Amino acid sequence: MELREQSLFFEGELTKQTVPALNNEFLKHIDQMISTIDLQQVSKIDSAGIAFVDEILLQLELNPDDSLSMNEMVRTAYDTFTSAELKSISKEKKLDFFTQIGSSSVNFIISVRDGIYLIADISYWSFVGIFDKRGQRKGSVIQQALFIGVDALGIIALLSMILGLILALQSAAQLRQFGANIFVADLMAVSMVTEMGPILTAIILAGRSGSSIASEIATMQVTEEIDALKMMAINPIRYVVVPKFHAITICIPLLVTASTLIGIFGGLIIAVTYLDLSATVFIDRVFEVLTLRDAIIGLGKSYFFAWVIVIIGSYYGFNVKGGAEGVGKVTTQAVVASIFWVIILDAINSLIFYFNV
Amino acid sequence: MKKPIISVRNLVAKFGENTILKNISVDIYPQEVTVILGGSGCGKTTLIKNILKLYQPFSGSVKIFDKEVTSIDEQEFDDILSRIGMLFQNGALLNSLSIFDNVAIPLEQHTKLSKNVIEKMIKVKLDLVNLSHAIHMMPAELSGGMRKRAALARAIALDPDILICDEPSAGLDPLTSASLDELILKLKNLLNMTIVIVTHELASIHRIADRILFIDNGRLIFDGTLDEAKKTDIPEVKTFFEVGTF
Ligand SMILES: Nc1ncnc2c1ncn2[C@@H]1O[C@H](COP(=O)(O)OP(=O)(O)OP(=O)(O)O)[C@@H](O)[C@H]1O
Ligand SMILES: [Mg+2]
Repeated sequence: MELREQSLFFEGELTKQTVPALNNEFLKHIDQMISTIDLQQVSKIDSAGIAFVDEILLQLELNPDDSLSMNEMVRTAYDTFTSAELKSISKEKKLDFFTQIGSSSVNFIISVRDGIYLIADISYWSFVGIFDKRGQRKGSVIQQALFIGVDALGIIALLSMILGLILALQSAAQLRQFGANIFVADLMAVSMVTEMGPILTAIILAGRSGSSIASEIATMQVTEEIDALKMMAINPIRYVVVPKFHAITICIPLLVTASTLIGIFGGLIIAVTYLDLSATVFIDRVFEVLTLRDAIIGLGKSYFFAWVIVIIGSYYGFNVKGGAEGVGKVTTQAVVASIFWVIILDAINSLIFYFNV
Repeated sequence: MKKPIISVRNLVAKFGENTILKNISVDIYPQEVTVILGGSGCGKTTLIKNILKLYQPFSGSVKIFDKEVTSIDEQEFDDILSRIGMLFQNGALLNSLSIFDNVAIPLEQHTKLSKNVIEKMIKVKLDLVNLSHAIHMMPAELSGGMRKRAALARAIALDPDILICDEPSAGLDPLTSASLDELILKLKNLLNMTIVIVTHELASIHRIADRILFIDNGRLIFDGTLDEAKKTDIPEVKTFFEVGTF
């Protein structure tokens, strides 16, 4: 490239390989007076070359019609690849502050409304589904129960045991100072039954099953499987969600009970080995402390946790946007939201049943 | 006699025990439009993917730009890949990126061009496939045919020496499909591109094909020019050109 009497002269190749270097050279000449660009001697040009020429024209504020001199080959390439006539399409403009607040509140209201519709739909079809199995695949409840319940039992048992050991060990250190060893049984029984068992199980289920429900439904949505089901006159909620709803309803009390018992058993181990209590004393004390009310509240709220997990997983799954990336996003959101709502529900539950003014 | 730009010898491709391609040998010549034909499921996509090492060939040799790719090291193969554009059968746009960014990827990865130049090139390429208005949309917001066209824009972003299209016109209306044919011919003439196309559109084959390869049952049963293909006596090829569709 060189500058000859106000004319920028190019020769040889003007391609994606040579353009970066030529651009650096051009920047040196940019302050000089240039009125034409001579491409007569260019032997090869590609779309990068043309874009470069367009860029030069733009920077020098020249008009392509009267400042370009080209040979036949360059001319045809230029006519195909020039961007001079393309208008630029700007991204969506930024909304101002109040519009943003407005539209996000509208979105929030819409999502609450959709959520309520979905809850109604799922509750209705789950109830109907108990008596009428049409629109479900045979054996899908069992299959889901295996996945949601049996497969989760190992990890729930392990974590409950560890949690039981930790709880008992930490309180044992304090209780021993006061010679109140036996109260470790009270502590384990009440905390596992009313709080730790249900919440631990719910959080593990949210992580395992909530994510899988959300990603399964989202993938089906993205790949048009949900649409295909609808076209075959199959209600996707009945086909996909109801079996999971039934399965989790069957599994949750069993899992919570297992978690609670194993947690208390962890406490028993500490009591026997570390606090010099005998197993029978510990067990007697546990049954003395526990009330039927605690047990019912503990199990009762775990049903709500389970349903929240299914509903939130389905909500995010059905509302996926975009493709593969969208699936990942809603899965994360579903897990976070279900854990959040499980804890909120737990708090509400405590306020209702244990808040005595 | 021109030297082939892609040359495949005795290629065998298998999925597990299932042999899809049985001993295929083909040459693809520079600056020609080669059309690969064959019934659905006969192994056209498999052939292309084996040539590009997306699947590892079971046996045989593949040469691109005169280099044996089955035993090449990764660095060298990347150089070859940066000179090849591929349009996948289902588009294969990256869903997490806008159309603009999808087309930008090869340009940003393989060239040192400035941002302004890249932006201009993207606009031009999207304009060539009539998608200027969709430049800032996400792939999920496009129709099937639009995605295909966006994917074509990405495939030609780097003005590749070889452009491989797996059914570019499936799912497009005849007018759009004709304008894509024109675009392909333009690219071939302007940039001396070599083009390999899998297509079933008879009209489009008549417009653009220089050379026809016909695969049946895992074997190459016809290899010749378009005129030869029209006159051949090989029954499968003959029915194809008589009936026009499978
Ligand atoms: N990933 C895979 N695993 C196993 N078998 C496969 C796989 N991909 C393709 N096949 C098989 O290989 C054969 C050829 O498939 P290929 O996709 O190459 O067909 P095609 O000629 O491109 O068909 P179409 O015109 O429908 O796209 C088919 O019989 C298919 O079942
Ligand atoms: Mg195919």
